[in-house]
Amino acid sequence: MPEPAAELGAEFAGPDESGHFGPYGGVFVGETLARAVAELAEAYASLSAKPEFWREFDADLADYVGRPSPLYLAERLSEAWGGARIWLKREDLNHTGAHKVNNTIGQALLAKYMGKTRLIAETGAGQHGVASATVAARMGLECHVYMGAEDIVRQAPNVYRMKLLGARVLAVESGSRTLKDAMNEALRDWATHVDHTYYIIGTVAGPHPYPRMVRDFQSVIGREARRQFLERAGALPDALVACVGGGSNAIGLFHPFLGDRKVAMYGVEAAGRGLDTPDHAAPLCAGRPGVLHGNRTYLMTDEQGQILDTHSVSAGLDYPGVGPEHAWLKDLERVRYVGATDSEALEAFHQLTRLEGIIPALESSHALAWAGRLAAKMNREQNLLINLSGRGDKDIEAVARLEGANFGTA
Amino acid sequence: MSRIGPCAARAREQGRGLLIPYLVAGDPDYDTSLALMHELVARGADMIELGIPFSDPSSDGPAIQRGVERALAGGATLAGVLELARRFRQRDGQTPVILMGYLNPIEIMGYGEFTSGCAGAGVDGVLVVDMPPAEAGDLPNLLAGREIDRIFLVSPTTSPGRAREIIEYTSGYLYYVSLKGVTGAALEDRGSVAENIAGLRNLTDLPIIIGFGIRDEETALAMNALGDGVIIGSALVEKIEALPPDAAGHPEAIGEAAELIGKVRRALDHEKFHGGNLSGNHDGKRVS
Repeated sequence: MPEPAAELGAEFAGPDESGHFGPYGGVFVGETLARAVAELAEAYASLSAKPEFWREFDADLADYVGRPSPLYLAERLSEAWGGARIWLKREDLNHTGAHKVNNTIGQALLAKYMGKTRLIAETGAGQHGVASATVAARMGLECHVYMGAEDIVRQAPNVYRMKLLGARVLAVESGSRTLKDAMNEALRDWATHVDHTYYIIGTVAGPHPYPRMVRDFQSVIGREARRQFLERAGALPDALVACVGGGSNAIGLFHPFLGDRKVAMYGVEAAGRGLDTPDHAAPLCAGRPGVLHGNRTYLMTDEQGQILDTHSVSAGLDYPGVGPEHAWLKDLERVRYVGATDSEALEAFHQLTRLEGIIPALESSHALAWAGRLAAKMNREQNLLINLSGRGDKDIEAVARLEGANFGTA
Repeated sequence: MSRIGPCAARAREQGRGLLIPYLVAGDPDYDTSLALMHELVARGADMIELGIPFSDPSSDGPAIQRGVERALAGGATLAGVLELARRFRQRDGQTPVILMGYLNPIEIMGYGEFTSGCAGAGVDGVLVVDMPPAEAGDLPNLLAGREIDRIFLVSPTTSPGRAREIIEYTSGYLYYVSLKGVTGAALEDRGSVAENIAGLRNLTDLPIIIGFGIRDEETALAMNALGDGVIIGSALVEKIEALPPDAAGHPEAIGEAAELIGKVRRALDHEKFHGGNLSGNHDGKRVS
């Protein structure tokens, strides 16, 4: 795999061979899936050791996704926040509109080499579902996407995009009818069709090797950003900010900078209606370690070990767990995890739209919201890099509904 | 001291297949579960698997998912499950009880507290669906210290090497998952079950109990012929779903739900005495 740009300390070199980041990660799956997960780990280990695999990945990212994504200096936003210079890593400009496609390109290549003919995926906001349906269409593979019934309502445009791309979108009616239940259903599907099915997990969670593999694919964000930043600003940024649901865009940005000790990092979770209410999706800020969906990590879980219903205005952050590497980086205090509320995110959504002419995804708006507060405390010589992980086209209907505007009329 | 070994040894001596029903503890309330447990034993269950409700049962099919949702809606907790086992044990000192569930509730309770809770409640075995031996930490040792059996799953996708490793950790019985899929799915490839069980026999003397997809006399007979007994879960949970409200106070309703196990028991025993015919001729006529 491509080497990170700076020397990583031993504590950041995870996962170990069995997929652990300190006490987190691992392979907590039912026996029927154990072999599939082990085969995947072997296939990834063998392919990722080959330079030609990464050449093919890079070529796809360049010609199909449109990478490298630009690094944009947001001058009016910097001015408005009155502190640090604000830079945006423009993952919103990727094909399909978010960082998710970096991962699906990589995993689709893996699926092809493993001879799998059917892709399944879970999706929350629909971005990973669209990114999966996209690579499936391109490679002529069958694609089934599991999506919570609740999210299908919240993200109707993405549902239709998936259908246009030839995927089957399967509504999940069990549990809380959101992303976590979609993941349960995808795991059940995988156990049932384990011989020919490849499960594309959309984030850095799940059993080993997913957290590592998805991180490796998403690290293109941080590698590019680091190079671009050195070229443009002649120095590394003072701080990085990214939103964290499962945490794939954040780890993608952070990982290549982990060895740069002077670069501060902030992961912004969805604080929903407030971290002091039960209505949020912030396991790192307000949860505790437990085991869900194949790995040990911080979770939103009650005293009885039941997974709690989460709330966020953003479907893509509405998940009770988080990638195990984030759990480890929290314990190591290398990354600080904070929260932004629904209303703070909505305010940032409007601010970026009006000041820079960029409509951000509601997920990314959480990063913007917290970055605004941080920027104000920094000086004008300092540089703050925000991962603009996706664009907000998918969200405009939901925003209109939330704010009582009449969508579709003048 | 676990009751599983002696129970399995008796069945082996008598040449009878072990019959193990599974129900979700607290579905829809603890009193109903308790009444059912005793009734299941009365109708021929050898052991009872008690499901620990968990909000995200990703190895279970729709029937057990709904059972879990009913139990959680009724306020079921892991502490409550242990209390249910303890109440069962007050009246039944003999029938082994195995707790089956997912790791998170156990992890949040703490392995030490869980283990002593099991010992205090008279639980005989523990099976954690999403905890492979390699991730089990000190839980197996803690359980072994209280002489509680550690049950693990082996599936059609388990390689012989891995099966060997799993067997090293297993005591009581080995749970063979009959199919690729979730609980309650259709049992399709019976040939491969026979082949895989034969392979496992070379690795262990543990009783091999077959579960997933067994829902009536016919499937129970077919699978029992390959192993040392069967587990029936989803089909029983569907009967529980159909119970009237306040079923605990209606013995006839409880009896009706448990009769699925009664029928399978008679079929297995008939098979034992009259043997051989796997096609399911178990309507009371002599087959031989």
